[in-house]
Amino acid sequence: MVVEEPSGALRLVGLSKRFGAVTVVDRLDLTVPAGSFFALLGPSGCGKTTTLRMVAGLTEPTGGRILLGDEDITRLRPYRRPVNTVFQSYALFPHLDVFENVAFGLRRRGVPEVAGQVRRMLSLVQLDGYERHRPEQLSGGQQQRVALARALVNRPRVLLLDEPLGALDLALRRRMQGELRRLRTEVGGTFVHVTHDQEEAMTLADTVAVMNAGRVEQLGTPAELYEFPATAFVATFLGRSNLLAGTVNGRSGDDLLVEAYGRRFSVPSARSRVDSGAVLLGVRPEKVRLVGTAEQVPAGHQWLDGTVTDVGYFGVSTEYSVRTGAGVELSVFAAADGESARIPAGSPVLAHWHPRHAFLLHHDPHHCLHHCLHHDLHDDAAAAAAAAAAAVRAGRE
Amino acid sequence: MSRSGRGRVVPYLLLLPGLLWLVLFFLAPAVQLAATSLYDPAGSLTSGYAMTWSFGNYPDAVAAYGAQLGRSFGYAGLATLLALLLGYPLAYVIALRAGRWQYLLLVCVVAPMFTSFLVRTLAWKTVLSDGGAVVGLLRDLHLLAPDGRLLATPAAVVTSLTYCYLPFMVLPLYASLQRLDPRLLEAAGDLFARPAQVFRRVTLPLSMPGVVAGTLLTFIPATGDYVNAELLGTPNEYMVGNVIDAAFLVRLDYPQGAALSVLLMVAILALVIGWLRRAGPAEAG
Ligand SMILES: Nc1ncnc2c1ncn2[C@@H]1O[C@H](COP(=O)(O)OP(=O)(O)O)[C@@H](O)[C@H]1O
Ligand SMILES: [Mg+2]
Repeated sequence: MVVEEPSGALRLVGLSKRFGAVTVVDRLDLTVPAGSFFALLGPSGCGKTTTLRMVAGLTEPTGGRILLGDEDITRLRPYRRPVNTVFQSYALFPHLDVFENVAFGLRRRGVPEVAGQVRRMLSLVQLDGYERHRPEQLSGGQQQRVALARALVNRPRVLLLDEPLGALDLALRRRMQGELRRLRTEVGGTFVHVTHDQEEAMTLADTVAVMNAGRVEQLGTPAELYEFPATAFVATFLGRSNLLAGTVNGRSGDDLLVEAYGRRFSVPSARSRVDSGAVLLGVRPEKVRLVGTAEQVPAGHQWLDGTVTDVGYFGVSTEYSVRTGAGVELSVFAAADGESARIPAGSPVLAHWHPRHAFLLHHDPHHCLHHCLHHDLHDDAAAAAAAAAAAVRAGRE
Repeated sequence: MSRSGRGRVVPYLLLLPGLLWLVLFFLAPAVQLAATSLYDPAGSLTSGYAMTWSFGNYPDAVAAYGAQLGRSFGYAGLATLLALLLGYPLAYVIALRAGRWQYLLLVCVVAPMFTSFLVRTLAWKTVLSDGGAVVGLLRDLHLLAPDGRLLATPAAVVTSLTYCYLPFMVLPLYASLQRLDPRLLEAAGDLFARPAQVFRRVTLPLSMPGVVAGTLLTFIPATGDYVNAELLGTPNEYMVGNVIDAAFLVRLDYPQGAALSVLLMVAILALVIGWLRRAGPAEAG
């Protein structure tokens, strides 16, 4: 039953969309390899939906081209594109039952043997027996499966998913992520999945493109993006990062030497995006450890000293906020491995990490304005919470 | 106990004024009408009517005025069809394409209703008159014989009926098209439906409530209309309304007028039920 479809990568070349004076998608260059599960990840309003709609043919680009294999589909009418969409709102036809919703695309193309294909697809999304139900009689999760089946039954060369799980509650979302992965293995084809949920993108996709303000900031596997982000935006949008502002002032072997907050740090040059000037030294919170005294810092590690200002308990881990002497706030995740005792707020600590876990980014002060501000707000809130907790404790005594 | 007792009574109390109204102004006259239709046809207004259960009034009325009865449904059906064909594109454009002109266009649709029905029909008489511009143009284009006319033809009556009831077609169509989710149209396009198929498979079925409401609101009053036939037609174009009008006000043949009225009501009811069965809520969802 598996039909060999002509395959080919989906390529966006200098794709742009302006609404009036506002540029929503800005000369986007993107190659989605055939057969990949590709996630387009970015904050709300960065142009993800607009990009998908241009691929589907529902929005006309103001510049650039869309290629599918060797074919230029930029000006093709939507109904001529071998592309199907799972809409954010599902957009199920309310006047048709589940069966007819799923059969819609097949019928329009005059495909023979509709019933068998629809039944197989419905059982693939575990909706056997729901053929004659109306969309309004289904739960959100079931509607979402109908939307998936309705698109997938056409075996599109590219399946576009616009925040398909956005309307579901957390538990259902996690379950549907598993479903999506399973469907992808069973049906095949190229999936382009748009989301603002970094966890969703990381768990589902083999390639993630992080989008910001109409441009792609970085593209790679989830591990590449997480381990060695290319920009401060990626470092903070995909997971969390401690970013220390500093300057490169030398080199020692394969390491770059960075001065920040009056201290010297080193970062392997292989983990540096820049080799001079103003930089941001990044370390992921789970790569940082806390110890009480300088003697406990392992050899080769680098550290900053400070005071624990807040302790957040998450079960699997504990999040510490550490205000360093230099005035920077660090986040530290300690795995609940049962080995280390909880450190109470107010304790003096040393936060240390191995240089190979650090990464070095270009410091664009303009860019950072937004993020550091965001970061500071976050830290202010944490500090305020810690202060409040301290006040309560003081009151009790 | 008393609380729940009162709770059960209150809804009926609220129904009471409406029910009284219906009994007084609808049910009682309807019963009276049905009774009148069975009076002895030999009676008269001066000598009085006797209730003789004369069911023969019905076949007699049909035999005498079957043509007008048939014409009523023919003209009304044609006018409804024309109003639908004209009104649907109009409502579609207003609801989905007009943007900020939407409300202005709606007012334009309703504006003719600000003047009296009678005045508008008389205006049609002028528009379609033999010396008028429309007839002149049609004659020049050889679409009409040099001595051909529009006034006093079925075309004049049907055209004017269409015009009169067009707003009643457009408004419900507009309401249902306006509620149409444009994302569904996009989804249909994404699923390989060409524009014509999008219309046939999504737009039209989803606007069926408007089509049903519009056709009923046009067809029912058009069937009973007699002003248009009176002013723009000749006795050859008379509809059942003209006959009923004459039976009650000119010939003073009350049993026959009543029998025709009851026939008209029953026939409309039967057609409406048939139409609702075919196109009604079950299918339109
Ligand atoms: N039809 C439109 N007209 C004007 N602005 C639009 C239109 N569609 C989207 N936008 C704007 O484009 C930006 C990106 O929108 P969108 O692609 O929906 O973002 P995302 O899906 O990433 O949240 C938003 O600021 C939005 O307001
Ligand atoms: Mg969106």
